Amino acid sequence: MITGLIGKKVGMTQIYEPDGTAVPVTVLKAGPCVVVQRKTAAKDGYEAVQLGLVEERPPKRVNKPMRGHFARAGVPPTRILREVRLAPGGEDPQVGETVLVSLFREGELVHVTGTTKGKGFAGFVKRHRFAGGPASHGSMFHRAPGSIGASSYPSRVWPGSRMAGHMGMRRHTVRNLRVMRVDPERHLLVVKGSVPGPNGGYVIIRKAQV
Amino acid sequence: MNPILMDFEKAQRRTDIPDFAPGDTVRVHVRIKEGDKERIQVFEGVVIARKHGGLRETFTVRKISFGIGVERIFPLHSPIIERIEVVRRGDVRRAKLYYLRKLKGKAARIREKEVVSAGARGIESVEEGETLASPSEAAE
Repeated sequence: MITGLIGKKVGMTQIYEPDGTAVPVTVLKAGPCVVVQRKTAAKDGYEAVQLGLVEERPPKRVNKPMRGHFARAGVPPTRILREVRLAPGGEDPQVGETVLVSLFREGELVHVTGTTKGKGFAGFVKRHRFAGGPASHGSMFHRAPGSIGASSYPSRVWPGSRMAGHMGMRRHTVRNLRVMRVDPERHLLVVKGSVPGPNGGYVIIRKAQV
Repeated sequence: MNPILMDFEKAQRRTDIPDFAPGDTVRVHVRIKEGDKERIQVFEGVVIARKHGGLRETFTVRKISFGIGVERIFPLHSPIIERIEVVRRGDVRRAKLYYLRKLKGKAARIREKEVVSAGARGIESVEEGETLASPSEAAE
């Protein structure tokens, strides 16, 4: 059984519950995806499928090895390829078949994986939520890190000490988001809460319970 | 805004909201749930602001209750709003009437809007306490 598919973040909005509660939601364009390759336990050591996201804008240029890869599956080339694990039980999709958003049900929980927005080289305060120092009253300690360890022992900085550096633009998964709406006609999936990455970013949506 | 998102929001929007603006006096019928029972409460006052847009639009209604100013902010497209009646159209020169908070009594009055020609019938219906959907609709 297939457990997920590739999607694109459309953006956030809100929907109203019948009791008037406004629920923050993210609209995702999920699929349609095509199965490009099947990975098997016998050959690859695990059961999975490689999916390609079918978009309105196909890739402009596809190199020869990739063209062969798509031709073998009998599907037109796609820009995005991602692997999704197969769960035991149910019917496994075959190479060349289409995977649609209808595999999700309303009320179900999903995990959404994507690349977070890049923040560049971020300081301590932003990156590790350090408090920083007072801004005024003669303070000369504003957003500096403070102590990064003891002195003669260990005479070095422990590996993994929290410091300034590159933040964001990394793979991140938000778990257990509730599916609020499924629109198979327009390939839309609406989940409660936020999802990593900018609008237009690619994400993998997987079932939380398989 | 992304066209897909715009479509999605459009589908959630209510179409039965009458046309009203800051300065208008409205009667908002609010659904209130108490345990299993549901009843309607009416909140009548002057609209002092309309904020945001699309699905997220809200409006602020101000009234004087037992001598104390009370303001309530309603999400325009919320299902808790049963209906909105426009009682009176006000003639104001601001989009946000926050200055009313500092005024009381006679100074806090708002001049009634004189609706031109065809809309004149609209005023009559307002005085009768009917819902005035919009000046154009009233003219028809």
